[in-house]
Amino acid sequence: MSKKQLLGSLWAEGKISRRDFMAGAAAIGLTASSATALMASSAKAATPKKGGRYRMGLGHGSTTDSFDPATYENGFATNLVFTHMNHLTEVNNDGSLIPELAESWEPSSDARTWTFKLRKGIEFHNGKTMDADDVLASINHHRGKDTKSGAKGILDPIEAIKKDGNDTVVFSLKDGNADFPFLVSDYHLAIFPSKDDKIIWEGGIGTGPYKVESFEPGVRAFLTKNPNYWKEGRGHFDEVEMLSIIDGNARQNALTTGEVDAIDRVDTKTVRLMARVKGVKIQESTGTLHYTFPMDTRVAPFDNVDVRLALKYAMNREEILKKVLHGHGALGNDHPISTSNRYHAGDLPQRGYDPDKAKHHLKKAGAEGLTVSLSAADAAFGGAVDAAVLYKEHAAKAGITIDLIREPNDGYWSNVWMKKPWCVCYWGGRPTEDWMFSTAYAGGANWNDTFWKNDRFDTLLKAARAELDEAKRGAMYAEMQGIVHNDGGVVIPMFANHIHGLSDKVMHDDKVAGNWEMDGSKSAERWWFG
Amino acid sequence: MSQILTMVAQRLALGLLTLIAVSLIIFLAVELLPGDLAEAILGQAALPDTVAAFRRELRLDLPPHERYFEWLGAMLQGDMGRSLANNREISELIGVRFGNTLFLAAYAAIIAVPLALFLGVLAALYRNSLYDRAINVVTLSSISSPEFFVAYILIAWLANSLGWFPSIANVNQDTDLLERLYRAALPAMTMTLVVVAHMMRMTRASIINLLASPYIEMANLKGLSRMRVIVHHALPNAWAPIINVIVLNLAFLIVGVVVVEVVFVYPGLGQLLIDSVSKRDIPVVQASCLIFAVTYILLNLTADVLSILTNPRLMHPK
Repeated sequence: MSKKQLLGSLWAEGKISRRDFMAGAAAIGLTASSATALMASSAKAATPKKGGRYRMGLGHGSTTDSFDPATYENGFATNLVFTHMNHLTEVNNDGSLIPELAESWEPSSDARTWTFKLRKGIEFHNGKTMDADDVLASINHHRGKDTKSGAKGILDPIEAIKKDGNDTVVFSLKDGNADFPFLVSDYHLAIFPSKDDKIIWEGGIGTGPYKVESFEPGVRAFLTKNPNYWKEGRGHFDEVEMLSIIDGNARQNALTTGEVDAIDRVDTKTVRLMARVKGVKIQESTGTLHYTFPMDTRVAPFDNVDVRLALKYAMNREEILKKVLHGHGALGNDHPISTSNRYHAGDLPQRGYDPDKAKHHLKKAGAEGLTVSLSAADAAFGGAVDAAVLYKEHAAKAGITIDLIREPNDGYWSNVWMKKPWCVCYWGGRPTEDWMFSTAYAGGANWNDTFWKNDRFDTLLKAARAELDEAKRGAMYAEMQGIVHNDGGVVIPMFANHIHGLSDKVMHDDKVAGNWEMDGSKSAERWWFG
Repeated sequence: MSQILTMVAQRLALGLLTLIAVSLIIFLAVELLPGDLAEAILGQAALPDTVAAFRRELRLDLPPHERYFEWLGAMLQGDMGRSLANNREISELIGVRFGNTLFLAAYAAIIAVPLALFLGVLAALYRNSLYDRAINVVTLSSISSPEFFVAYILIAWLANSLGWFPSIANVNQDTDLLERLYRAALPAMTMTLVVVAHMMRMTRASIINLLASPYIEMANLKGLSRMRVIVHHALPNAWAPIINVIVLNLAFLIVGVVVVEVVFVYPGLGQLLIDSVSKRDIPVVQASCLIFAVTYILLNLTADVLSILTNPRLMHPK
């Protein structure tokens, strides 16, 4: 048996994970694409079946939704884009990065220049062949001074993009970044067909597993199978129907009465009851979604690290996790890196509820009898106000008075978040440490919602970003998690599970991605009817 | 008859002025809300320069009065404009939604109006009987419960337990009429339950009011049956108030059913309006509100005209 055959049969019998498989394939010198082909040919025990109309009930969607990738803003948009579009790279359901429209990529030794080889002969739904110009236009749509894109901040590190022939794209970065291929998997950065260096987004034409037949923003999208789909072993359904069902009860009823096959955001209060319904199963995945209480560290009293520590010790996380999420999540440790990230610092001690320590730090700060205002609204996350009320009670035992300000949901992100000194917030999280830290923790970063600046942290961030040695990077990221944990301006009580309700006949791989809801928003591509 | 035509013309002209006033009020109200479309759409991902670029593209950086008059000018030429958020034609965006709303309103009205009249006449006929009391209790309880509560009860009973109707009204342009009626059955029932009481009580009250008049007494003395007295003698004189209530309820069925739309995921105009307000998509808000305003103005006018037509004294004044 050759090494290749051995690897294939190990995978087929489920003895190794997809990640180990890819690592093994790399070790015996297979390219990523032939490894994927090998994996598909080594039939797994549960071979996905083809066919059927897959109906999803999603708790998002607005009449203002658009095909324009610059303005994707909610879960309906992410589910839709991952159903009809492709990206250069893909975060797989085990959290690893695999090639999508890019066949392979190569960094320069300082990780500043990244060369992406594109897959050849991929056709858009309208028959146009995808080439380097399309990639350039698709990325540039989010760059430059006239862009309105939500992804502009992510692409800030890019200095220049150029093509090298029709199948090669070269990115030059301002600084080295070992995780750069992860960045281009962001849902905004879908590859659209282009004309004269501008993408044509109006018709929703992509290279993805399904073609958009109709899209009524805020109501419904209907897609049919792309018969030319290039990816092996994905895109099993004949038709996909996505319904926007914002009301939680309506969504759950739609599933229990068989109107839809899968729903997202099952209410944690009723998930126990849902699990008992015949023909319905519950699927939970722990990902990077976490809830935060960011303080403006530039203003008193939050500029004092002891006050910040006192507030961190003054919260009973277990109770909030139990009462707000009904246990469907994991405890947070005042840093944003989840257990599903590669370099999670597991040996960092879990911070507990300790009113005495909180009092000690208050005394040290000379701030006994502290009174602070906390702005909260359920726009941050469902149950944010309840969590804030519980926190207020916990803090009272440590001698801290929290004045709770109930803010309106409407306009929360423009009027409260990063405007009020202390508020409630959520982060969908990012697949890599560098992405998360660079977005919201680096000194002066666009979305640094605590306005926190720590020189040691910033130095490490830059060094780790360009470091290609895994062990050294791991050590740096562990230290950085410790710095945020002790010095950072954010209280992070918990990570929340994504909870989905599925009909019994919906099948999926053993691993379900946690980076976004619904298997990384790729359920239509990855799942099938058993 | 010419008097009626004059009145209709006058009222339509006034209506146009009302619409302009309404559009101005709505524009100012949306302007007063904090934030604008660029901030609302970009949300947590907003950066100062992306928001600025977004505003430039949508011309939101122009002063409010310029934007208002630009919009008004286009509107007067019949151009509703495009949605700021996704650049779709508003007429196209609203057309389908408004069609759905009208369909549901008509569906509910076709059930509710005859039912309410029938129940109301019977209640007047058997005044203070067990039937009268029972029907009052039932209709008043259904109108007193919030719509979403009525809706959830119907879903739990007719969709979840019995499985007769779908729990969500998933209709689109390809749905044929029968399928559409089946899928929209629960929302139509909910709305029927919500509006019947008002119309039924008004029918009953107006008829009972008239039953004390001398000419009814005369009819009774002539020995006519109670049914004949009520349907042929009392009802024609009771039409004016009944029509007013019916029309008011029709207007409600068109403009006031957001909650029902949300619970049954019915793609009507209400949900469109809410989304557009929360994203500050002013042209869409304006267009939806104007449609609602036109509905009210036309229905009110219809009510007045019908009241006159059913009343000979108003038709032929001395």
